[in-house]
Amino acid sequence: MKITPREYDEMNRRASPHSKLGKDCLWSFFVGGGICLVGEVLRRAYLAKGFVLSDASAMTSVTLILISAVLTSLGWYQKLAARAGAGTLVPITGFANSVVSSAIEYRSEGFVPGVGAKMFVIAGPVVVYGLAASAVWGLVYHLLRPFI
Amino acid sequence: MMGYLWAFLVGGVLCVIGQVLIDLTSLTPARILVLYVVSGVVLSALGLYGPLVELAGAGATVPLTGFGHLLAQGVIDAVDRMGLLGILAGGFAAAGAGVTASLICGVAAAALGHPKDQN
Repeated sequence: MKITPREYDEMNRRASPHSKLGKDCLWSFFVGGGICLVGEVLRRAYLAKGFVLSDASAMTSVTLILISAVLTSLGWYQKLAARAGAGTLVPITGFANSVVSSAIEYRSEGFVPGVGAKMFVIAGPVVVYGLAASAVWGLVYHLLRPFI
Repeated sequence: MMGYLWAFLVGGVLCVIGQVLIDLTSLTPARILVLYVVSGVVLSALGLYGPLVELAGAGATVPLTGFGHLLAQGVIDAVDRMGLLGILAGGFAAAGAGVTASLICGVAAAALGHPKDQN
């Protein structure tokens, strides 16, 4: 019997215990929620320091990115990600982790072809399609603006 | 106090949606994040993401959908200020701090770190 990789994935999934999805979801809920909770604590601290709303959010993102970069450099973020899955991928810390871990991993290929290029393996598509979507929305908004 | 609870719940649920996609489909992390950012732009454009940010704060801004929301809001500001050019400039301006911080961290970590740490 010949099996394609896709069929194999499907068989593998069916053979795995059902509780895997539930367990993964619990991990990602608590870890992802926890990262956002840390973000909310930071955001309120920046607001209390007198930052305006949008600047407080930006400062929160930058702070979380710095924390993620340090934890990634120490190899701790990846250990958590092995359990938490999307809980560590979806927050902005996951974006930073993808940049920093690729940068470290490809250091041996040099700073331009290695670090400079490979940092964008995951971050690149995110920025490309995020900006493309924002430009489409910008055009729509520009056209609608006289009427709203 | 409720604000912290909403941040935790909304952030957690947004991550669980991603986890379900990972477990039940063969979407790679890059595809999931692209999906999140584009969804954030669309939800923000439809006026649905703003209220979520008001409710959940960092619970809505920290997940990558929040990054999409940031891009969409940045474009609105830029189009209001500079018209047509804002379509192209707004997203980058809004994304600037987060993207630049990530990239500098990447270069710094590569300069200071050791590849063997990445396992």
